Amino acid sequence: MNKPPVLIDQWSDLRRYTAARIALGRTGASLPVNEVLEFALAHAQARDAVHTPLDVEALTAQLELHETEVLQIRSRAQDRATYLSRPDWGRRLDDESAKKLAESQNKNADVLFVLSDGLSSSAVQKHAAPLLNALRPLLANYQWAPLLIATQARVALADEAGELLGARLVISLIGERPGLSSPDSLGAYLTFNPRIGRNDSERNCISNIRPEGLDYAEAARQIAELIHAALKLSLTGVNLRLDPTLPTLSAM
Amino acid sequence: MQYRHRIGPVTHVFNDLRELMAKATPARSGDVLAGVAAKSAEERVAAQMCLADLPLSTFLNEALIPYEGDEVTRLIVDRHDADAFAPIRALTVGGFRDWLLSDQVDSETLKKLAAGVTPEMAAAVSKLMRNQDLILAARKCNVVTRFRNTLGLPERLAVRLQPNHPTDDARGIAASILDGLLYGCGDAVIGINPASEDPTKLAQLWRMLDELIRRFEIPTQSCVLTHVTRQLDAISAGEPLDLIFQSIAGSEAANRSFGIDLALLREAHSAALSLKRGTVGDDVMYFETGQGSALSANAHHGVDQQTMETRAYAVAREFRPLLVNTVVGFIGPEYLYDGKQIIRAGLEDHFCGKLMGLPMGVDVCYTNHAEADQDDMDTLLTLLGAAGVNYIMGVPGADDIMLNYQSTSFHDALYLREVLGLKRAPEFEVWLEKMRLTDHTGKLADGSASLALPALRKFTDDSAA
Repeated sequence: MNKPPVLIDQWSDLRRYTAARIALGRTGASLPVNEVLEFALAHAQARDAVHTPLDVEALTAQLELHETEVLQIRSRAQDRATYLSRPDWGRRLDDESAKKLAESQNKNADVLFVLSDGLSSSAVQKHAAPLLNALRPLLANYQWAPLLIATQARVALADEAGELLGARLVISLIGERPGLSSPDSLGAYLTFNPRIGRNDSERNCISNIRPEGLDYAEAARQIAELIHAALKLSLTGVNLRLDPTLPTLSAM
Repeated sequence: MQYRHRIGPVTHVFNDLRELMAKATPARSGDVLAGVAAKSAEERVAAQMCLADLPLSTFLNEALIPYEGDEVTRLIVDRHDADAFAPIRALTVGGFRDWLLSDQVDSETLKKLAAGVTPEMAAAVSKLMRNQDLILAARKCNVVTRFRNTLGLPERLAVRLQPNHPTDDARGIAASILDGLLYGCGDAVIGINPASEDPTKLAQLWRMLDELIRRFEIPTQSCVLTHVTRQLDAISAGEPLDLIFQSIAGSEAANRSFGIDLALLREAHSAALSLKRGTVGDDVMYFETGQGSALSANAHHGVDQQTMETRAYAVAREFRPLLVNTVVGFIGPEYLYDGKQIIRAGLEDHFCGKLMGLPMGVDVCYTNHAEADQDDMDTLLTLLGAAGVNYIMGVPGADDIMLNYQSTSFHDALYLREVLGLKRAPEFEVWLEKMRLTDHTGKLADGSASLALPALRKFTDDSAA
């Protein structure tokens, strides 16, 4: 086979400084075919993360290994297309889910975890169970509500769920908007005294939870630290400070 | 006032000008989310027909957002130039569309007209225009601006070099800048979106860009796209800022959600002017906008998102910006659902901004949860090239690893130059040839053989970690 006329950029060693797609080379004005396909693959993985439905049964089975009660809930967005164009519907429970939570016998817990597909089902599918495993020993002194698995869910769906279950603190573990290089990044959003209408400045967030980013052990440590502080001070959001000498935590 | 349009047995009623404008808007998810979109395809066309018959002067008498409660409305009304408006005073919105596309209207006519066109007039006429109309009319508008080079000349295209890095690592940023310069990009601005808000880290970025531009004598300008208050602090601290950046929107309340008002922008504008760092001009402001930002701040006052976008342009033109770009596909599918809606919005924003006299660039972009891909971006990029867009973004491989979205790449700029014969800003073109990065026709040389590579490589290695 003849070698195609591709110009190779002699500065690809600079990639040690950045993950940006530099020194890609070119043929004429255009990208070499291997770079076109690498990009296509990354985009395909990100698209799949958005559109592949969460395998709720598999996740439930994984969580039930720890003899935890697991409930499944849904938002008012019926399908993915509706979910993407109506964020307001993704923040509210459908009637059946609301009824299920209202009738629950397991109320007024300290902490409630809502595992939500968000914009990356693969994030919650892969990382939610191992993250919870890392969290359990750190949160052994608190009363846990049943674990909730929520589909077509936005962060704020956890507010309504937390309100119905009377939880002191809700933690939404949710798939984040996928980037080309991070299709399965999990976020943790903490909201004290959850109720419908809470805004983002009343939450704290830890993001980029995945083995290549913030690993499970470190993420669990940071989340537990926030939980201890939130329950002690009875608040989350921009005013929650882990240490009064440090600047205010950033809120999402 | 009520507006009516009859189609066969059905009379479509629109309760006020806001509703008429919203329902005449080509379909997009953000207007559905806001509950202002037309309820049927026929209702949309009925609204467009009704709007076509509306006298343009209606917009001078009927404010979509009340004058008393909104400083952007006050700016629009108080700054309206009646003399500039005179040539189109007697036209309807539909007549304005035909006038814009007529042979009698050229670049000079439109340049004189700009101050007479309010955002709502621009928005209204755009709602009656097909994509090809938006391209043709925008192509007649030449908006030329200057700082260290000349941007917006006909048959030219500039590129913002956008070398973002998730932790603002100076070497990582420098490596992306090297890549962009060797690919012939960076004449619009070298502009970094910082991840950090820490003044010390920001100061390092301004100093690095200043050193780069001085050492290599690059006829371009730098910008670190942080909040305007941090830029004012940096100017007070003596940091070397070229341009002042700010995101802006189309209502006082939306701007407040960005932490700004007109007074703050005035303060920033005069602070930037006082530095006198431009060599061929003193256009010192850089603004970004995007449809949906007002709704996402719940500050849209029931007005459709495209009209709100044009109102942001009234804010921009108050400050003679060097650069304005709409970040068209960044906001997500709840505002612009798919490639079709993003393409339409990009062409609308470019046309409306140019008609109002702004040096419009477009961040041709999308997120991974929108129904869009590289093919859609190729289409919009090509259409904007045909429409005479002042500049586009240049991100290594189109993948912004800090903001997590896909924009246009250095290669995309080369593609557009080749297919449409577009040149770079003249001063930058001379510099590239001097550095042997391009030949005398402007064609990119093999960067690996460039004399500039060793020095740029040393600059990158020496940048503080």
